[in-house]
Amino acid sequence: MQGSTAFRTRGLTKVYGSGHSAVHALRGVDLEIPSGDIVVLLGPSGSGKSTLLNIIGGLDRGTEGEVYFRDLCLSDMTDGELTRYRRDHVGFVFQFYNLMPSLTARENVELVTEIAQDPMDPDEALALVGLRERVDHFPAQLSGGEQQRVAIARAIAKRPEVLFCDEPTGALDSQTGRAVLEVLRDVNAETGSTILMVTHNANTAAMADRVIYFADGSIREVVENAEKLSPSEIHW
Amino acid sequence: MSPLDHKLLRDLWRIKGQALAIGAVIGVGVMMLVMMTGLVSSLGETRAAYYERYRLADVFVPVKRAPERLASHLAQISGVAAVETRISGRALIDLPTQSLPVQAQALSVPERRRPALNDIYLTHGRFPALGRTEEIILLQSFAEAHDLLPGDSLMATMNGSRREFKITGLAQSPEFLYVTAPGELVPDDSRFGVIWMNRAGLAAAYDLEGAFNEVLLGLTRGTAVEAVLDRADQLMSPYGGSGAYPLADHFSNRFISEEISGLEAASKGVPPIFLAVAAFLLYIVISRMVQSEREEIGLMKAFGYTDLEVGSHYFKLILVIAVGGALAGCLAGIASGRAMIGLYGIYFKFPFLVFRLDPASFVTGVMVSVVSASAGGLWVLRRVFALTPAEAMRPPAPADYSRSGGLGKTLSALLDQPSRMVLRRLTRQPVRMLGAMIGIACGMGLSVAMITIYAGFDRTIDLTFSVVDRSDVGVTFTQPVSDKTMFELRRIKGVARAEPVRHVSVVLRNGVHSYRGAITGLPQAPVLNRALDESSAPIEMPQSGVVLSSVLADILKIKAGELLTVEVREGRQPVLQIPVASVAQALLGAPAYMDLSALNQILREPGRVSGAYLSIDRTRGDEIYELLQDMPRVAGLSLKEQARLAFEELMNTGAGAMRYVMGAIAFVITFGIVYNAARIAYAERIRDLASLRVIGFSKAEAAFVLLGELAVVTLIALPFGAVLGYYLSFGIAAGFSTDLYQIPAVFDPVSYGQAMLVVIAAAVVSGWLVKRDLDRSDLIDALKTRE
Repeated sequence: MQGSTAFRTRGLTKVYGSGHSAVHALRGVDLEIPSGDIVVLLGPSGSGKSTLLNIIGGLDRGTEGEVYFRDLCLSDMTDGELTRYRRDHVGFVFQFYNLMPSLTARENVELVTEIAQDPMDPDEALALVGLRERVDHFPAQLSGGEQQRVAIARAIAKRPEVLFCDEPTGALDSQTGRAVLEVLRDVNAETGSTILMVTHNANTAAMADRVIYFADGSIREVVENAEKLSPSEIHW
Repeated sequence: MSPLDHKLLRDLWRIKGQALAIGAVIGVGVMMLVMMTGLVSSLGETRAAYYERYRLADVFVPVKRAPERLASHLAQISGVAAVETRISGRALIDLPTQSLPVQAQALSVPERRRPALNDIYLTHGRFPALGRTEEIILLQSFAEAHDLLPGDSLMATMNGSRREFKITGLAQSPEFLYVTAPGELVPDDSRFGVIWMNRAGLAAAYDLEGAFNEVLLGLTRGTAVEAVLDRADQLMSPYGGSGAYPLADHFSNRFISEEISGLEAASKGVPPIFLAVAAFLLYIVISRMVQSEREEIGLMKAFGYTDLEVGSHYFKLILVIAVGGALAGCLAGIASGRAMIGLYGIYFKFPFLVFRLDPASFVTGVMVSVVSASAGGLWVLRRVFALTPAEAMRPPAPADYSRSGGLGKTLSALLDQPSRMVLRRLTRQPVRMLGAMIGIACGMGLSVAMITIYAGFDRTIDLTFSVVDRSDVGVTFTQPVSDKTMFELRRIKGVARAEPVRHVSVVLRNGVHSYRGAITGLPQAPVLNRALDESSAPIEMPQSGVVLSSVLADILKIKAGELLTVEVREGRQPVLQIPVASVAQALLGAPAYMDLSALNQILREPGRVSGAYLSIDRTRGDEIYELLQDMPRVAGLSLKEQARLAFEELMNTGAGAMRYVMGAIAFVITFGIVYNAARIAYAERIRDLASLRVIGFSKAEAAFVLLGELAVVTLIALPFGAVLGYYLSFGIAAGFSTDLYQIPAVFDPVSYGQAMLVVIAAAVVSGWLVKRDLDRSDLIDALKTRE
């Protein structure tokens, strides 16, 4: 996949509400993201980075403009096709983990492997994130970092081509946050997935191939890192 | 098991309190349906089987005295398959334990064979031996009421002569499923007996050797009964036939038919009301429950689950609760049906009575529950599916309370912050509040209707035994006697007042509508037993015309001023056209009244009475009874107090007892509704409440915000529920009314107060249960929870 384009957007706009109360979350975003990269989206709250992530992840639709995943035009997809897209190509990691509290770690992963085409074994996915010993624990019995690692296991277990992470370390302390980022880096190295990560933490950008700076619904700057740092070297 | 199924099971466990409450609401609706329809089919099928096995006649032909050879003429009537002649006579049984002799009917049985029609079911002992005229079989329920056994003896008077008889056996009979003393409506095992004995002995006692005074006809299937009745009447009229009548008009059969059709009407009328309320509640509860799962639904969609997969997950949840509730309801319905059928066994003397489940009722119950629950779920799912997963996963935007700003300013001076929060939520989320309010109003409505029905039963008893009938004792003469007998009665010491009455057996007809009953002749302005108009004021007996009870006017579809055909079944048996003078209110039986002298005049039997009502000095009761009993023309006495007790007992068993089951059900539903309303409000606000605690509100202050809302919603719901209950009570009262007694839908303020207390008690208990959980909740967890 390396070298080809994973995502491309043209004039992507998102407006919430209408009239006086209309909020422009995205104002004509043009963007290209190569396959296999780790991409970090940086910017203040309300700058539109999560909105972009949601739209290219198939969780939301733009108001105007086009979004392509490889040759597939997401903007033209029906709800059913978007569901198919999420099911077959995409994994998500959320800031607040969004685990099902009534399912164990393994069952939370199974929730995804159940419907994926060529999934990993759930235990294998949990082993990848270092939770081999905790597979039968419920979310309430896990620490925040462990919960986020379950969420990552759940996201990678389907072997997605793209992994979307919305503030994956936002609710974690620095040590746990680093551990989670290491897991993401390993996944990228081992599976070749493209990773898109939204974060507040500017230092996280050091581990990315490419950093996109957002402000007021537009891209202000795109920086390619010549040298990536390991998550353990990141200053928190 | 798939992870979604794990989630399903654990979600069910998490919401077990709520699931139980919803399941209980469904369960009781289904329970009532299963119980009532099961009772209808059990009673109906058991009756049919009993009648068939013991060959109950299709036509009864009473006659004064007809020669035996007439039997063969009757057998030749087209459609008649079997003929059985017999002798039937009135008797009085003397029991050492009773101060009054007990009235009885004596019936003959053939000596060398079993009866071709109206066979009896021998429960103990044996048939009388050939040629033995002193051996008798006694009706089992009567024998049991007096501790009589085969081998015992008793004294009985037949046709004026007193003899000793020996009991050889006890029996039940399809002819006497429902047994009352003559002229009474309410059964009492101890006060009416049936004696079966060899034909020869009975023929000798009533001077009917070689003759009979009743003939029974069995018809081939599909025969037109009316034609047979006409032909039998023709054949019997030279011998004093007093009118053949079909099984449908037979006293015992009519009562059980009434009970079954009453029950059937109630089973068609009342459970749907309960089920509809349960269904509506289910709709509201499930829709709010799914609403609270919005973020989880969004998450599943984000993973790529299709709408169908997510929808079927919630459908399964609904199905488990609905089917679980319906199954439990079905089992409870069978159990309560069995208990109820035991009560029926007390009044209807079936040799066997087994509760049978009507599978259709179970299917209906499950379908209604599942459909209404799914409708509630689907409605919300459709709205959630319309959102993109990104929107669904975000907590809903804070409700916009800005428009209540003006209200807030006005009230801020008057109310503290928590009170304003309560008030704003009520005004800014009117749809949710309306849902909760309608639910609670439904519960209140059901409670009001049921408690009103209790008051209706009391009203029936009160009106019948205190307002209509103000006598203490009813006297029945052996046959119509001269009104001079009244002087004899008035002379008895302790008799304060005696009023004559004449009961005349008649068939009333208006076009195709007919009713076999009696006309009661009363003095012009009676005091002891009266006809009452709609406002319970006494009606003076008109000089001409008949006063019909409203039940009878309904049956005959006739109004005041119209002409009624009266076929008299006594004496000369004239057929008369009499105008309906007015319609009276009657809650027990279906009486028709006339002025006594006018009645005697049209019968051309002036100065005749068939009975009397007495008011007496009760301290002299026993003395008076003894004197009356010694009067040769007195056939029997009935004490009003006994009749009242028997009637109360009747209304507390059989279909009347259903009101207690329904009352319990109404309470379960009310509690289920209120508890769910509290539970859902808690689930919707748990994060807000935790936030309040975090910023320093005490437990009580946080609880106030939650429970204040419940209190306000409950209080607003009460008046609406009262209005709903008022209208519901008409439907339920109609369901409970039978041909035997009417239950009025009365407006009884006390009932409304009691229903209000029930709802408030349910709200207090629910509030307490929710507050307990609120107090126990972990602040940090609550802030994180997505519910």
